[in-house]
Formats: sequence, structure tokens, C-alpha cells
Amino acid sequence: MANPSAVCNGHLHHQKQNNLLKSGTSKKNGITKGIKKNGVSNGSLSKKAFIEHFEQAPMYVAVLTFVGFGVGTIFGYLRDFMRAWGLEKRNVATEREQQKDFVPLYQDFENFYTRNLYMRIRDNWNRPICSVPGPQFDLMERVTDDYNWTFRFTGRTIKNVINMGSYNYLGFAETDADALKTVAKELQKYGTGICSTRQEMGNLDKHVELEKLVARFLGVEDAMVFGMGFATNSMNIPALVGKGCLILSDELNHTSLVLGARLSGATIRIFKHNNIQSLESLLRDAIIYGQPRSRRAWRKIIILVEGIYSMEGSIVRLPEIVSLKRKYKAYLYLDEAHSIGAVGATGRGVVEYFGMNPDDVDVLMGTFTKSFGAAGGYIAGKKDLVDFLRTHSHSAVYATSMCPPVAEQIIRAMKCLMGLDGTTQGLQRVQKLGKNTRYFRRRLHEMGFIIYGNDDSPVVPLLLFMPGKIGAFARRMLEKNIGVVVVGFPATPITESRARFCVSAAHTREMLDTVLNALDELGDFLQLKYSRYSKSAHPELYEETRFELED
Amino acid sequence: MDIKRVKDYFYWLYFQYLLITCSYVLEPWEQSMFHTITVTVLAMVLYTAYVFIPIHVRLAFEFFSQMFGGQSESTV
Repeated sequence: MANPSAVCNGHLHHQKQNNLLKSGTSKKNGITKGIKKNGVSNGSLSKKAFIEHFEQAPMYVAVLTFVGFGVGTIFGYLRDFMRAWGLEKRNVATEREQQKDFVPLYQDFENFYTRNLYMRIRDNWNRPICSVPGPQFDLMERVTDDYNWTFRFTGRTIKNVINMGSYNYLGFAETDADALKTVAKELQKYGTGICSTRQEMGNLDKHVELEKLVARFLGVEDAMVFGMGFATNSMNIPALVGKGCLILSDELNHTSLVLGARLSGATIRIFKHNNIQSLESLLRDAIIYGQPRSRRAWRKIIILVEGIYSMEGSIVRLPEIVSLKRKYKAYLYLDEAHSIGAVGATGRGVVEYFGMNPDDVDVLMGTFTKSFGAAGGYIAGKKDLVDFLRTHSHSAVYATSMCPPVAEQIIRAMKCLMGLDGTTQGLQRVQKLGKNTRYFRRRLHEMGFIIYGNDDSPVVPLLLFMPGKIGAFARRMLEKNIGVVVVGFPATPITESRARFCVSAAHTREMLDTVLNALDELGDFLQLKYSRYSKSAHPELYEETRFELED
Repeated sequence: MDIKRVKDYFYWLYFQYLLITCSYVLEPWEQSMFHTITVTVLAMVLYTAYVFIPIHVRLAFEFFSQMFGGQSESTV
């Protein structure tokens, strides 16, 4: 299933994309979806169901969550009082005696939550791992003598903990010697250090090879790679927009996008998460009223969205956003950090998932950290855009470029995905991930948990709600030899703390069944099964939006 | 065997109470303080209910029966 050579007169035709999909590689649940060509624009548009769940918890759960936070806050004040009056040892950073009369250096109240609630359950985060984070990993065991202020290692390692937290969607985080042959060769040839920036002496032939491959993979004209995924967003958005431009950013965008937007100096307006009406009303206001005081037209309007939102598991409504952007003449910046490699029939991200043309999106951004088992990010799009970024991006001018063994790992992973290494292993991984995702979500829905997000997204947030259950859930799962990531207040709304599972193609059915059985047991023990719709056999009970694209 | 199931059930109930009120995360001495306060408040509520509710119910019953009972007497 090799991708037919995609470059033809320097342009990439959409027909090639169509052929790939028509050749039956787009299979969902064993049914091949026929692709309808709808005239000139947006050629192939499969009208697939877009099912997302954001079920609200029963009212008593919200009340009890606030009760729990209230108790925590009261005891927090009590402990702070004891610490201030010397009745208890202070473990936090304080100024020296001589500086007591100065302006306070450590603003105590801002860290109230960290000091009093986070510290108590801190043993569930930053757990040190001592093996590759594949489908299973080894943990170093650590205990605390003073309620999580300090830890010490017992020296024992907990072996073969099932990994439900790593973004290892396609299972490329592996130590198999055969798979890493080329990487080892490049390591011997180039070493690990670049010691320079891209614009000085850090531009290697490996980078050029990788960029060509990325452009071919995505079906665009050109691409540029950077050493760090976070820096790709935060350093390139300021290069693309500046003062006098308008940024319309989704409510739940990642910190890297928010940081990049703030650094650019443009005006930022937020629209409700994945809400097309909110985005449209903002666009209309922007065009009708222009800039705040001068009423001039905005220099540029750019919409920042993500392919898959990692805290919600929801997928962006790309067709509607593209039609909006065409109507109002705005630009679209799509951050596919979690969706590249993870969704789409051949792993090419949300653009392929919706059957759209990559030319519809102006700036395609993604990272290699998640599905490719490496590090770094890329920006892809038209050649003019990428050439502009090569000269104007802060990351290219000042940051060290990607190191060669990592670049080779991405190259081998991408070649495997595209089928260029002669095997169908890449496609098998993508399909395995799709199967695992659907199985895992279906079973969790049937058991009665509240799960957020789209049915096709490999990020599965399971809602815990109450603060007391966060620590209990993570600790008990570790006792059963399963490692999970739990998230609480600052990263999520205060009432919606959750456990976030990341399904991987490397998980076998047995591992998923072990996890599901443990979740079943723990769900009953901790009373986590809040869902009012327990059987997934009645799809009409779910909120379902069938999108109809209007041009 | 039955005793063990009953004991496990009570432990489970106690654990739910700890989770709901977020006293699961507190240190032991804080937990004791919290349990003492909760038990005290609960005891006071129950005592007040025991002392006052029967009297209130009886008075309310008398009030309403007098209102309706008195009405029917006057129509004779």
C-alpha cells in the first residue's frame, strides 16, 4: 500500500489523495466507506457520524465535589495558620531572616492550592520510570516519610506496569534492535550533538531528507522541522502574526499555542470549545467592527485550533471551520500534536479523517513526540510559507536544530507508516490503534463510566469529579500494576478532575482486558460509574451531530 | 464468613465517606479532628430532632385538625 509518488510538477494533486482513499484503505469497522466527489472544492467528503460525548454528572456529584474542596480548603487554612505561627515546621521556600522586612518574594496565597491540596497527593505524579515507555514499563518504587514533602527510593523496581499514560499511539517507542538499526547507524555516523542553530552550522542533510519526507507524508508542498514541539508553536506564531492582527483561539488550546499567541502581540479572542456558532459570531464582529479604536480592518485573522484536544479527547470540527474561514477570508492554523499518526485511515491526521484536502489548512503544525516516538515538531504548508519561516522563525535563528538520531527515528517511523519500507506494518499499527480505541471506549461506556470525547480519539478521559478520588484512584491502579495519569484542578475545570488514558497500538487485547477488569472493580469500589446511559447498544441516546457541509 | 462480609461492607461505607468529604487526603490527626467535629455536629442534629420534632408534629396536627374540625362543627 505504498503511497504513489506524490510530487508532480511541484504540485500535489488532490486526486492522489482520493486514489489512496478509493483503493479501499479507508476501512472503518470493516466497512469501506465510498468517497463521493462533490464537484470542485472539497472533493471527497465522507458523511460520517461525528459522535462526541460530554455527559454532565448528576447534581449530587457536583455538590459533593464542592464539599470536598471546601473541607480541603478549611484544613488548608488551618495548616497555613499553624505554619505561620510556628506550631509546625515550614517545608516551603521562605526568605532569609534578614529579608523579612522586604517586599515578599514568595506570594504565599497563590501557592495555597499547591501547598495544601496538591502536596497531599503528590506521589501520583512525577513517578520515575526506568525503562522505555512502551506498552509496559518499570517504575522505581518510592516512599515518603513526611506526607509527600520528600521522597526516598527503596531501591526496588516495580516491573511490567501496564502503561496507560504515555502518548505512544503507534507503539514506536520500542527498543527492538532490528527496528532501530538505521538509528544506531546514524548515531555512529553523526553522534548526538549539533552544537549550532539551523541558520548557522546546524542544517544537516538529515533535516532536508526529513523535511521532504514530512511534506510527502502530509501531501503538502514543503515542511520545516524544529527540535522541540512546544517551541514550534511558541516561537513560530510570533513570526506569523504581529500587532494589528487578530487571533481567534479555542477555549481549551494548549499552553504552547497560548504562549505563542501572547508573545506575538496580536489581539486574542477566545471562542467556546469546538463551537462553530461562537467562532462565526466572533468572525462577523471582527470583520464588521475591525480593530478596537481605529476601526481599521484587521491585518490578518488567524484561527488557532488543535486536531485532538488532549484533555477532552474531542476532535476539531474541521469541515465547518474550513468553510467558515473561506467565507470570512481568515487563515487556519491546525496543531495536530495528538492527531498526526493517530487518526485518519492511513494515519495522516484529522485532514484525512474528514477526507479533506491539505491545501484547505493554511498552516499545518504537528509534533513528533506522540505518534513517532521521537522529539520535535514541524510546520508544513505552501512553499512560500515555509520559506518565510526559514528566515523569520525565532526557533530557526536561535534554537539548536534536531539531532540526527532523532531525525532518523522519525524518518524510519514515517517510512514504516507510509509503507516505504516494503511492509504493511505501518498501516497495521494505525488499524490496530483504531480497533483498540473503539474497543476500549465501547467497553468503558458499557460499564457506565462518564467518558468525554469523540468515539475515534485515542485519548480517553474518564471523569472522577471528586478531589478525594483522584489520589485513591491513581494509588489503587498502581497497586494493580497499571500506571495511569490523573489530572486535577489547574489543568481542568475545578469540578471535572479526570483520569486520562492514552490507548496505544502496542497494547494487546489482553492488556486492555486487564485494565478494563481493574477499572470495573475499582469503579464499583470507588463508585465512579456515574453515567445514566450504561448500554452503548442504543446510539440514539448519545448526542450526535451529523454535519452537513455547506459551501 | 458472614461477619467478614458485614465488616467489609462497613469498611466500604467508611471509605466512601472518606472519599466524598475529601478526608482521605488528610493526615491522621487531621482526620481524627474532622471525624470528631462531624460526629459532634451529627449528634447535635439528631438530639435536636429527637427533642423537638414530636412536639412540633403534635402541635401542627392539633392546629390543622382544629382548623378543619372546627369548620365542620360550625356548619351544623
